[in-house]
Amino acid sequence: MKHSTRRAASIAATALAAGLVLSACSGTGGDTDSDTGGDELTEVKLQLQWLPQGQFAGYFAAQEQGFFEEAGLDVEIIPSGGDIVPQDALANGDVDYAIAWVPKVLGSIEAGANVTNIAQIFQRSGTLQVSWADSGIESVADFEGKKIGSWGFGNEWEIFAAMAEEGLDSTTVEIITQDFNMNAFLSGDIDAAQAMTYNEYAQLLEAVNPDTGELYTPEDFTVISYEDTVGAMLQDAVWADTERLESDEEYQETTVAFLKAVIKGWAYAADNPEEASEMTINAGSGWGASHELWMVNETNKLIWPAENGIGYIDEAAFEATVAAALSATNETGASLITEEPPATAWTNEYIEQALAELEEEGVDVKGDDFEPIEVELLEGGA
Amino acid sequence: MADGLSRTGQIATPGLRRRRGAPARELARWGAGALGIVVLVGIWELYKLLGPADGLVLFGNRVLPRTSDLAMPHSWDMLARLLEPVTRADGARPLWLEVAVAATLTLGIAAAGWLTGLVVGVGLALVMQRWKLAEWGLLPWIILSQTIPLIAFAPVVRSWGSRIEIGAFEWQDWMSVALIASYLAFFPIAVGALKGLQSPDTIHVELMKTYAAGWWKTLVRLRLPAAVPYLLPALRLGAANAVIGAVVAEVSTGLQGGIGRILIQYAGQASGDPSKAWGPIFGAIVLGLVAAGSIALLGAMLGRYRRVEISG
Repeated sequence: MKHSTRRAASIAATALAAGLVLSACSGTGGDTDSDTGGDELTEVKLQLQWLPQGQFAGYFAAQEQGFFEEAGLDVEIIPSGGDIVPQDALANGDVDYAIAWVPKVLGSIEAGANVTNIAQIFQRSGTLQVSWADSGIESVADFEGKKIGSWGFGNEWEIFAAMAEEGLDSTTVEIITQDFNMNAFLSGDIDAAQAMTYNEYAQLLEAVNPDTGELYTPEDFTVISYEDTVGAMLQDAVWADTERLESDEEYQETTVAFLKAVIKGWAYAADNPEEASEMTINAGSGWGASHELWMVNETNKLIWPAENGIGYIDEAAFEATVAAALSATNETGASLITEEPPATAWTNEYIEQALAELEEEGVDVKGDDFEPIEVELLEGGA
Repeated sequence: MADGLSRTGQIATPGLRRRRGAPARELARWGAGALGIVVLVGIWELYKLLGPADGLVLFGNRVLPRTSDLAMPHSWDMLARLLEPVTRADGARPLWLEVAVAATLTLGIAAAGWLTGLVVGVGLALVMQRWKLAEWGLLPWIILSQTIPLIAFAPVVRSWGSRIEIGAFEWQDWMSVALIASYLAFFPIAVGALKGLQSPDTIHVELMKTYAAGWWKTLVRLRLPAAVPYLLPALRLGAANAVIGAVVAEVSTGLQGGIGRILIQYAGQASGDPSKAWGPIFGAIVLGLVAAGSIALLGAMLGRYRRVEISG
């Protein structure tokens, strides 16, 4: 008797537990859409594509300077880690907007992600391939037979696109996967290393040359900029959820308000790189002050001057990126994309509205007279 | 239930053998530990001095590292770096403090994960011990669960977590990390606890039956005490898994403030500041030691049950 009552009790308990789990699941389902109907600020989640750093200074500046709040937004800036793919987080509905490179997202769109480029923040590519000054690697054509460094994870497509133009493919070079730092290049494991103007190139310039005991100088290296090749692809852009852009009026309004605040943030970073770099450090960037300032300054150079206004998507540049993406094959023989992306891949509708409203307010959205500052890098980026 | 049949072979657990020593013994143990560190530092410096400058590459695989300051900073440089400020910014904390603060956060998350893993693991073990059918049904899934790579698991956990909002409760990012830590921690605990619960001799189980003791009483009086020697190593494994899981999940999901995060951050600065990257590595080692030490402490508290097992 005892036995059966206990069994009945445990079955009941299991059923209760299962019921609780189920109700918890269904309870969360209803809350997925951000409750934008709030009477005060609209909650917005922005997914970055990496750790907080100067590359994203404009967003942190918009946060710190209260531009988001003025626009009626309560923005949560979410840094990414190794396995968080911004466009996937956006497509899954985890966030409202995401920052990501165009070629990577083109791949995701072909794989089924329904996202739209609403603002091309970086007008230029910041990717370099750095080799030693005496290596004889002066152009992409010289890559043949060399050990070429790349980070992989979708960061490699400019290399392969530029090589394709020179008639080279991945079999003609040895692709070496790069680490988070430039040690493999400094130790001679890589002949030409991938580097961003705003980060890894600075890492080289703040490293000590063991032969001289002094920091390396730009004269020690040869730098190939992908911006000068046909491999150049558009980088940091703001992406939005295509479906919500089409059907959700509130989201459309939020999008314009969000873009306006973002532009103000970047305009602030252009005028106040020191302050913007400090804000980024306060937001959790672990870089030293000189490296952070270098980063903000180099990032500014990729944005300003913006001929058509910051964030405006130049159709020719977008088409060039698509063409380059179509031409590239990586070391495993895979192609980034096999066909043209759908028309929903980008739109200037919201950025145009944001730019027009800001120009009316007297904000300089083009930065014609933008002048970068001079940044002196200290050892270790301290 | 004829649980006696499922009794598995007795395996001597390391916990069984440990005796509490005299003060002199204790001193010798600590001395041996310190000596181990000195020897390690000695090997490091000796290799750096005498090893091939370009390391050793066999069949395209690096077997021995380079001896450059970039690849292997001097031990004293790494130590000195720990005492220097993280950056040259005003009010920057010394590196060791920054690492310690981050390690504390990770330890807290790992502990939460370990506790969850303990509850889930022991719970599963109890269910599996109680019903043979549950063991047949659950155990393969429990083993299968550990074959899912974290890289696939982490984004899903974070994605689901970000949707959970029940009343005032809102899922925090650190909970995703703790959940992943618990996912790694529950496995050895479940398996170890099951083995421990099934460990009593048939003769003891049958003795309990002659006393007309029910399942519950048999559990409390016989099975749980008998499970302790199996549980302790499982808990230690679980603690190690929880720490590793927390560090990896921090990197994976991009959680700020923990040791996984500064591991990545400082690794990116290793070209210009090679010694700095070693700070969080030492922090992670200390973290593992603290986690294992806490289990040793737990073992000391449960010492009574371990002695029972030895004398029994």
